[in-house]
Amino acid sequence: MNVMLFGVAKDIAGVARMQLPEGIATVGALKAWLLAAYPAFEQLNSLMIAVNKAYAADTQAVTTTDEIAIIPPVSGG
Amino acid sequence: MDVLLKIETDITIQEALDFIHSPACGGEVVFTGKVRNDTKGRSVDKLYYEAYKDMALLEMQKIADDVARQWDIKKIAMLHAVGDKLPGEVAVVVAVSSVHRGIAFDACEYAIDTLKATVPIWKKEFFSDGEVK
Repeated sequence: MNVMLFGVAKDIAGVARMQLPEGIATVGALKAWLLAAYPAFEQLNSLMIAVNKAYAADTQAVTTTDEIAIIPPVSGG
Repeated sequence: MDVLLKIETDITIQEALDFIHSPACGGEVVFTGKVRNDTKGRSVDKLYYEAYKDMALLEMQKIADDVARQWDIKKIAMLHAVGDKLPGEVAVVVAVSSVHRGIAFDACEYAIDTLKATVPIWKKEFFSDGEVK
């Protein structure tokens, strides 16, 4: 499963795209994997996941064909 | 309601104004967000804006839809810059027009507040002392 990273999430992971291990089936599981792999994500005020360009709840299912993005706290404007 | 959404390297206040002009509208409200030369007393050389552009445009459209549901706004323009921006340069423009001014102020404030909270755009600050945050 391929994910895009933006903002400080990209800085924490050191890459703009990464391949996740198999077996991650939900947004919640993806977050848990990220926090375990990169504990610095704990420091963020929020960690959202976008699935197919929309904010997704932890219960939402994810598959390898979805467009998935890691969304750290936004700071536009 | 007519909607102009744009996320590009260069944006201008004028293009937002040109879009919202209408002979039917007596009120135009424009909010411009500009790059400051300091953050909490520390000198800033430049900002770098990054967007998840496809999703950001969808989130901006949701804001426009919310505005249309709540107020009788005739036109709205939401523009956000990306890339390197120097102090004094325009980072974001929200412009709305309506028959009278009252709801234009309300809609413009709602749109910029929501944009800052939900649209996936990030800024990086380059401080004069060398730190990047």
